[in-house]
Amino acid sequence: MKQTIRTLLAKHGNLPVAIEDVADGADLYDAGLSSFASVQVMLALEEEFDIEFPEHLLNRKSFSSVDEIAAALTEILEEQAA
Amino acid sequence: MTAAAKITALALADRAKRAAKVAAEFADQVDIEGRFPSEGMDALKSERLMGIMIRPELGGEGASLTEVADVCAILGQACAATAMTYAMHQIQIASLADYAVGSAWHEALQKRICDEQLLIASATSEAGIGGNLRNSLCAIEVDGDTARLTKDATVISYGADADAIMVTSRRHPDAAHSDQVATIFLKDQYTLEQTSKWDTLGMRGTCSDGYIFKAEAPSEQILPRPFAEIAAQSMLAVSHLLWGSLWYGIAADAAARAQSFVKAAARKSPGQVPPGALRLAEASSLLQLVKANVVAGLKQFEGCKGDSDALNAMSFSVAMNNVKIGTSQTILEIINHCMLICGIAGYKNGTPFSLGRHLRDAHSAQLMISNDRILGNTSTMLLVNKQDTSLLG
Repeated sequence: MKQTIRTLLAKHGNLPVAIEDVADGADLYDAGLSSFASVQVMLALEEEFDIEFPEHLLNRKSFSSVDEIAAALTEILEEQAA
Repeated sequence: MTAAAKITALALADRAKRAAKVAAEFADQVDIEGRFPSEGMDALKSERLMGIMIRPELGGEGASLTEVADVCAILGQACAATAMTYAMHQIQIASLADYAVGSAWHEALQKRICDEQLLIASATSEAGIGGNLRNSLCAIEVDGDTARLTKDATVISYGADADAIMVTSRRHPDAAHSDQVATIFLKDQYTLEQTSKWDTLGMRGTCSDGYIFKAEAPSEQILPRPFAEIAAQSMLAVSHLLWGSLWYGIAADAAARAQSFVKAAARKSPGQVPPGALRLAEASSLLQLVKANVVAGLKQFEGCKGDSDALNAMSFSVAMNNVKIGTSQTILEIINHCMLICGIAGYKNGTPFSLGRHLRDAHSAQLMISNDRILGNTSTMLLVNKQDTSLLG
């Protein structure tokens, strides 16, 4: 899952640095992720996993690192499976 | 009881009204001369209104944002330049009070703000970056315990009259443009070399000149939390709400002038409803919309305060952006109505119904953080965020 997240971040994140150089726990906003780009990544994730981000996960924190995005996705996918 | 303690004990609104009376007296002069509204600001200081949002332990009164917004609305009815200067100062105070917790230097500064009624400015915009406060080119350089910063600041409102300036920059020379910190520099720690003059249509008294800002100070003056967090959770919402409040004040004063014009006309021809009366009814309805918009925004902000998840939610940003868009557009409509009601008496300077200053000051509203930029951000968020369709939620 993290690899997919990284692929989409590389494609839509518009980061000034290579995504390989950003650790899973590192802050993506500090790395230069803009709020516009974070929405584009979110849309790409919705498309890729065929999901919709619920209201409570639409915040800065869910998108602050690869780990946080993975946690949000896991939560959504688990809820869908239940 | 000391004199200062006696003043703070009175209701905030009463103190604000006394300061507003002074500001109103000099509003036209400040506008014509494009100078700092020193009389109004001095009156705010003598009413001890500069540090009211600061915690009581540090000498403040722990006032809520809603109370500060009320002061802004009262001042907006008197002198928009005084109101805007006060509002911008309070934006820095809100950031300090909520995001510099645990930092001894910043707590000592808050004490000083209350004791000495200091005025805090901010320098966020920068040549090459424009008005996007979440982007910096300049970087702070920390060398041991010393921090140095040079910024080509296109605008520092009331920069020359401030006692301290909160300046944004990149965290270090290798940091991304959006990886920012805010640092507070005291007057004796910086120099300002003026690069542009604030000669504008309205809001002339905010003296938002451009400067090359150069400073050196102990590195403990850098705010302990990342600027991204301060901007997202406090600064944007507080700006939109306080500005919205003072803009409401400008429109409310225009409507009051229009109403007295209609009243005077009605007295002259008893038994007839004056032609401007219908328009006044329309203006009154629009004014109520602006007020409801600001009050609902304040209520939402106070409800989320201290809850970083709620303050970081996309729906919260959408709501605050909408407060800004709605208020800034509607006040122009209201003032236009008032202008039609008052006719030439409103168009002319120096009558009790003059509206030129109101109209010009109000035009700044859609330009302060450009409405187009805000609409762009909101439209991005609406790609994923669902519109809140509830009435009370």
